[in-house]
Amino acid sequence: MLDFPLWKKIWLWVVTLLAVAAAIPSLYTATGGEWPETLPSPTVNLGLDLAGGSHLLLEAESDEVAAQRLENMEEAVRAAMRNAEPRIRIGDVSTANGELSFMLDSAADIDRARGILEPMMQGQNLVREWDLSVVDTQRMVLTPTQGGIENAVNDAMESATEVVRRRIDELGTREPTIIRQGDTRIVVQVPGLEDPEALKTLLGQTAQLEFKLVDENALITNIQAGIAPPGSQIFPYAVGSDFEGQSVAVKRLGGIRGDSLTGAQSGIDPETNEDVVNIQFDQQGGQKFAQLSTRNVGKQFAIILDGEVLSTPVFREPILGGSAQISGSFTAESANNLAISLRSGALPVPLTVIEERTVSAELGQDSIQRGLIAMLIGSLAVIALMIATYGRFGIYATIALFFNVLILLGIMAGLNTTLTLPGIAGFVLTIGAAVDANVLINERIREERKRGRRVIAAVENGYKEASRAIYDANITNFIAGVLLFLFGSGPVRGFAVVLIIGLFTSVFTALTLTRMWVSGWLRAKRPSDINV
Amino acid sequence: MKLLKLVPADTNIKFLKLRVPFFILSIVLIVGSWAAVLTQGLNYGVDFAGGQEVRLTFEQRDDAPVGELRQLVGGLGYGTPVVQEFGAPNVVSIRVPLPEAVEETPGAATEIGNQVISMINEEYPGVRTDGNETVSGKVAGEFRQDAVLALALAMLGVAMYIWIRFEWQFGAGALFALFHDVSVTLGIFAIFQLEFSLQIIAAILAIIGYSLNDTIVVYDRIRENLKKYRKMPLPELLDLSVNETLARTVMTSLTLLVALLPLLLFGPASLFGLVLAITAGLFIGTYSSVYLAAPMLIWLGVTSDSFVPKETEADLQEKKARGQV
Repeated sequence: MLDFPLWKKIWLWVVTLLAVAAAIPSLYTATGGEWPETLPSPTVNLGLDLAGGSHLLLEAESDEVAAQRLENMEEAVRAAMRNAEPRIRIGDVSTANGELSFMLDSAADIDRARGILEPMMQGQNLVREWDLSVVDTQRMVLTPTQGGIENAVNDAMESATEVVRRRIDELGTREPTIIRQGDTRIVVQVPGLEDPEALKTLLGQTAQLEFKLVDENALITNIQAGIAPPGSQIFPYAVGSDFEGQSVAVKRLGGIRGDSLTGAQSGIDPETNEDVVNIQFDQQGGQKFAQLSTRNVGKQFAIILDGEVLSTPVFREPILGGSAQISGSFTAESANNLAISLRSGALPVPLTVIEERTVSAELGQDSIQRGLIAMLIGSLAVIALMIATYGRFGIYATIALFFNVLILLGIMAGLNTTLTLPGIAGFVLTIGAAVDANVLINERIREERKRGRRVIAAVENGYKEASRAIYDANITNFIAGVLLFLFGSGPVRGFAVVLIIGLFTSVFTALTLTRMWVSGWLRAKRPSDINV
Repeated sequence: MKLLKLVPADTNIKFLKLRVPFFILSIVLIVGSWAAVLTQGLNYGVDFAGGQEVRLTFEQRDDAPVGELRQLVGGLGYGTPVVQEFGAPNVVSIRVPLPEAVEETPGAATEIGNQVISMINEEYPGVRTDGNETVSGKVAGEFRQDAVLALALAMLGVAMYIWIRFEWQFGAGALFALFHDVSVTLGIFAIFQLEFSLQIIAAILAIIGYSLNDTIVVYDRIRENLKKYRKMPLPELLDLSVNETLARTVMTSLTLLVALLPLLLFGPASLFGLVLAITAGLFIGTYSSVYLAAPMLIWLGVTSDSFVPKETEADLQEKKARGQV
């Protein structure tokens, strides 16, 4: 046990010093220094509860994705039937129960319709996205497959994550973390954020902009009663718009969506002095908009944002330039927010904040300070106790403890892990627990001496007999730590990380390093008695 | 230099003599704890109950207007908020539980949070929002589920390990001791209605770890002594093992305590619950290792033969073949 060949000593020192070196950049920056960028700089990240910042968990309403997909399919089917040669007439279209179904006017068309629709049922990667069936001889039913819905949700989440990233970038915050989590969630972490409210407003806005024709034949009484005429939908006016509290019926199909924009800026309309948002369509969107406005000159259309009508202007003339102005109900701030949201693209699916944790930078700083003071006092007390109890062996344990903290920090930096507030508690616990190994060893050496063993044998036996319990105890602690890591969330995970890494460093420093030092001392001095 | 000896060299305390009364006490503690948990319930924090918790500093005042805040936030109609001083007289934490009606609404907690913060900012300009946490009903439900799973798996996992490394009696004994520790900790939180959050789950897992530390050290010594003193009656052997490791038990508990106390007294207010739970668990865990984990071995029938390699079926076959049986 006490035999340390030179290569082993060198190897242990190299490992130790490497880990300690990895801790240096973190310590240096913690004391206020600027670490030169040219040098490698593994650093421990500070969690949001220490650095200050916001953690948001967003969840997508995946039902919306399925609903929208159904609507798109309806438009595609209608277009395909219309463009068939000769045209296939359909009626009684329904999107109830998450299925798209319609009647063919003539049962004779069934094979032709099937031939046209069949290729549309197949998605990318040979995944069948829809099932096609015929009931009652001439009703066709399109049912989305599980795989199809999953693909759609997945696509929507991919692009939602991208949109979230663009919006946060617009805020000009530093180093945000945006990660997809699970099927329908996105984690957003923004350190050092001053105004979490602005962020939430920005992410809460789907920015789904639609231009739809107003159904001018709808009866006011029906609209008030919430009964939409066939082929129409009822939308409420937005809060703050001219007709707040009222609703309007618009044609369900044939409108265009504002998700093909190349630009959006907030501004002020020089004539009305109103806050407005100017938008520019891309080429395709511009053409569609030109078509819509040309065909419907003199007709009223609704500008709908996230299911609320902003205004219902009239197409006075064809709009061919590919740009438009949106007005109604804006303040300077909300116009600016909308411009940002439109620029970064609409969210393909509405997101809701289902968990928020925000800590101010002041509180984080205060936590660090208090944590460090507590750690310092705790360490000093532990050191005093160890030296008073075990003398020279206590000093070895103390030096090991010192290395333990540095190596733990170094490994955390090297692995780029995050230190959280509970993680500081984990540090303190590790300091307390690391000495347990030395206590076990030293108590065992005392015992062995008492039983009359000679110094070398007593020390050797002390390490040997104690290490069994040390390994068993640390492995069981490891099991508990891993489970905490797997099932814990956020800051609590930081606690688990420190505990787990701390187990390894504690065993290494308390068992291996002290043994090396003790054996060196025993070899050099060959004491006939030891004070332990 | 005269070294400190916390425990005299030759202690011979008859711990096991009182094993029955202490066992009864432990059962009473476990039953009482669960009774408290079930009747009074745990005071779930925002992590497990859902809702909002905001922490405010009134920089221009000496004392935060606790009563006024309670009335003001209560006026929003989401039930009675919990308003309490937090670390300093001018710092408060306000907790608004999620009303049952909106438990399923994903964005409700955030919405309530926004209302509370903007109202307070209007009423008390210059107040600093130090922290804000909102958790929706769904996420809170997931946290509860994960917490139960983590605790159950941790207890089973470590018990399995001990079973593999020692014998089944040791695994069962350790499991029972851990169950005691977890129960009593939960009981303390229920009786004193301390806020029960994710951090406390972390604390309980740490307690499981350190209680087990003690148990393993004692068990390891028992195993060693079982091999060494094959004729010694079990109660006497257990006493010997506990006494032999007593110095270590006391020393380790003490070092952990001196490391934790500064954190409890001077540490960040947000860590108080976590550190308090671990500190309490330190005592509970040490007690259970000595008075539950060890005597359980008597009742579960450990003998000195437990560690003698048993003859396997193959060995028997071989003996038969050689005509030795």
